[in-house]
Amino acid sequence: MDIIQRIQKEELKADLPDFAPGDTIRVNVRVREGDKERIQAFEGVCIARRGAGVSASFAVRKVSSGVGVERIFPLHSPTIESIKVVRQGHVRRAKLYYLRRLRGKASRIREKQS
Amino acid sequence: MNMAAIIGRKLGMAQIFDQQGAVVPVTVVEAGPCPVLQVKTEETDGYRAIQLGWGAKKERRATRAEIGHARKAGLEAAPRVLREFPVAAPVSYQPGQQLTVDQFQPGERVKVTGTTKGRGFQGVVKRHGFRGRPGSHGHPKARNPGTMGPGTNPSRTIKGKKLPGQMGNAQQTIRNLRVERVDRERNLIFLRGAVPGARNSIVLIRK
Repeated sequence: MDIIQRIQKEELKADLPDFAPGDTIRVNVRVREGDKERIQAFEGVCIARRGAGVSASFAVRKVSSGVGVERIFPLHSPTIESIKVVRQGHVRRAKLYYLRRLRGKASRIREKQS
Repeated sequence: MNMAAIIGRKLGMAQIFDQQGAVVPVTVVEAGPCPVLQVKTEETDGYRAIQLGWGAKKERRATRAEIGHARKAGLEAAPRVLREFPVAAPVSYQPGQQLTVDQFQPGERVKVTGTTKGRGFQGVVKRHGFRGRPGSHGHPKARNPGTMGPGTNPSRTIKGKKLPGQMGNAQQTIRNLRVERVDRERNLIFLRGAVPGARNSIVLIRK
C-alpha cells in the first residue's frame, strides 16, 4: 500500500460505532478547562455524514431550550472520547437539512424497524 | 550544538490530528539515515562542511571514483545523492557516521530546500500573478505583460522587469516549517505545510 495511505490509516479510529443520518447519537467530547479535562456529552440527531478517511465528519443537531444547535465533528478527532447510538431512525435522505425548518412534532423521526 | 542536516525524499501530503484535536496539514518526508561521506575542514578544504549521502546506486551505474569515495567512508554502495551542508564544527562528525531523523524534535523549526515542479515557459499572468485584461466590457482578451516601462527617459527597460519565461524547476527553500512528528522506526519526518517539489523528489532539511 502507498505509504501515505498507510500513515493516514493510523490516524483513523477503529472503535467507531455504525451510525447513519437519522440516528440519535450521544457524542462524548473531551473539553479542556485550564489544565483539567472533562467529558461533555452532546446528544442529538445525526443530520449528515460526509467525507472519507481522516477528513470524514458528521453533523449533529439538537434543539436546546428552543434554539437549534448544530455541531460538526471530525469523525476521527481525538477530542471525541466516544460515540453512542441512542436510537436508530428511519429516514429516506442522506442529508437531513430539512429538519432545520421543522419544530416539535413535525421534526420527529420514525424509529427503524429491525 | 551543531546544525542538524538530513537528505530525504518527499512522500506526499497528509492530514494528522494534534493533541488539541486540530487537523494539521503535513508533508511526509522519508529522511535518512544519511551517512557522512566526507568531513571538510579549513585545513583540508578551506571551508567547513560535511558531505552527506542518500540512497544507494546500483554497482553498475556508479563510477569507480564514486565507489572509491564511498568505500573511504566505509560504505558498500555509492549513494545516489551527495550533498554538502555547511557546519560550524565539522570535527564532531566522523566519515561513515549515520545521521537520522533523531536530530529533529517535534516543535522545532526547520528549513527545507527542494526543486520546485517545472511548469515550463509561462506567461506573465501565471508566472508573476499579473492580472491580464478584463474578459469583457469591450476589451481585447489579453494576458500580455503590457508596457515595458517609461519612454524616452531612460529609453531602456529596467533590469528585473517581470516577463514571461521558465517557471519552476528551480531550487527553493522554505524556512520556518514546524516539525510536527518524527517517526524514527520508519525514518519519517512530518513537516507542517507544503514543501517544494513533486512527490519522490529529493529535499534537504536543515535546522
